Amino acid sequence: MVNENRVEIRNLTVRYGKTISLHDVSLDIPRNKIFAIIGPANSGKTTLLKSINRTLELESGSSVQGNITIDGREIHEIWNVYELRRRIGMVFPLPVGLPLSVYDNVAYAPRMAGERRRKVLDEIVERCLRQAALWDEVKDRLKNLGTMLSGGQQQRLTIARALSHSPEILCLDEFSIAIDPVTTMRIEDVLVQLKEEMTIILVTNLVQQARRLGDMTCFINKGRVVQVDTTEVMFSDNPGNQLTYDYVRGVFG
Amino acid sequence: MNNHQPEISSALFTATVFTRKKQRMQRIVGIVFGIMAVAILIPLFVLVTYLIIRAWPSLTWDFLTDVPKNGMRGGGIWPALVGTIYTVTFSLLIAVPIGVMAGIYLNEYAKDSWFTRIVNMAVVNLAGVPSIVHALFGVGAFVLFAGMGKSIISASFTLAIMTLPVIIVSTTEALASVPRPFRTACWNVGASKWQTIRTIVLPNSISGILTGVILQVCRAAGETAPIMFTGAVFFKYVQRGDFFPYHLNEQCMALSYHLHTISTQVPGVPEPMLYATAVVLLGFVLIFNSFAIVLRVYMRNRKKW
Repeated sequence: MVNENRVEIRNLTVRYGKTISLHDVSLDIPRNKIFAIIGPANSGKTTLLKSINRTLELESGSSVQGNITIDGREIHEIWNVYELRRRIGMVFPLPVGLPLSVYDNVAYAPRMAGERRRKVLDEIVERCLRQAALWDEVKDRLKNLGTMLSGGQQQRLTIARALSHSPEILCLDEFSIAIDPVTTMRIEDVLVQLKEEMTIILVTNLVQQARRLGDMTCFINKGRVVQVDTTEVMFSDNPGNQLTYDYVRGVFG
Repeated sequence: MNNHQPEISSALFTATVFTRKKQRMQRIVGIVFGIMAVAILIPLFVLVTYLIIRAWPSLTWDFLTDVPKNGMRGGGIWPALVGTIYTVTFSLLIAVPIGVMAGIYLNEYAKDSWFTRIVNMAVVNLAGVPSIVHALFGVGAFVLFAGMGKSIISASFTLAIMTLPVIIVSTTEALASVPRPFRTACWNVGASKWQTIRTIVLPNSISGILTGVILQVCRAAGETAPIMFTGAVFFKYVQRGDFFPYHLNEQCMALSYHLHTISTQVPGVPEPMLYATAVVLLGFVLIFNSFAIVLRVYMRNRKKW
């Protein structure tokens, strides 16, 4: 039987210069589940995601201690870091349409991995745009610039791009702040389907979103894991931790 | 509650002493800055018209394509024009690849360390070195030490050294103007740094880089000192209208140096010829400058975010 956990984080400490943004974090992220991470601003949620796909090392002044394994492999020992990043889809809160056409935005990742066959690319583009609930809006203007779409559309474009390299782990960092509620619901439905194929890590400021989607929920505060448990427990009347209880009910601070 | 509404809004839209002052200041600033912007056009306009009027009798097609005659007192400037094109072209062939690659390295690859800080400081300081110092360096390094002698190639290397710093600086600045989120987005989907630079960063900064390069063309064409000791010659016989009169290891004539010699070293050169040479040199620079402006406008319209 393979390991139940897809990602295991052990004693992860991340520093930016002298500021410590993650203190000794250990987490198990289970396979084919939606793992929600909640916590106030500046608590290290985004840093945690960046350390999983090792883009953190591209930021000046950052240093990482501790271990992260994906399917039992220590990621800091992986030589082909580009392949690692392709296995992890990343969506960050601010929408970034690359200054390319809508089509090229989605086809970017496969192309950078050497895919040139037009037919394959066409399929990927359509599938990902459909999954990101954007296809109907842009199918007639795939040649238009991605940066000319509205903010919400660009955000969905970003999601489509993150799906375009068929990741095994999908990290969503507050993906819905630029998207209207109806579209958010459509994407949330897609996420629930996607969890059959991939592990989803969902960082969110919307506590209710964590409650709706998360199988497990983790509460991080000031760079430390306060509590990890199943979502039912975390959102129950007695999660077993006063801080969690307060945060979930919005009386935090 | 409702009774208050009109009062508040009428109070909001009434001019007060402060808002009047604000409005007045706004207008004054607009007018003064506008005058300044127009004012810089006046010297250029006066200069160019004056030069053209004085040069008029000599400004003919023959002047461009003919060789100097009567000990520089007649004929044209063809050898000098071709010489300038030679030195500028070869200096660019040296400086642009080095400068652009160094700029890419400094902005995209180098981590912030004492080493990169020293390199950046060196680049900025080199940009401020007077051209005569570059000339002496060129004599020492290329003419004497590297044994290239006084030649087009020495002059080109000297000009390249002179133009490099600004090319590097304008490259790093053009690259830095591409927002960082574009890069992280590319890295996140597994693109390498070089793929990111090639597909996203360079296409969106090329106009800035080219602008910097073209401004350096003008500088390389206009400077006299760096070529004076390294490769420029007072007179060289070439065929009229010959496009390839020089070998790279020969000395050549150049517009800026030609202007310098005929106006200070040769007595009795007819005045319109002096002015005409200046007009050609200025025209060379202005043509390249306007090319840079057109390019920038075109690229800005194509700007994708």
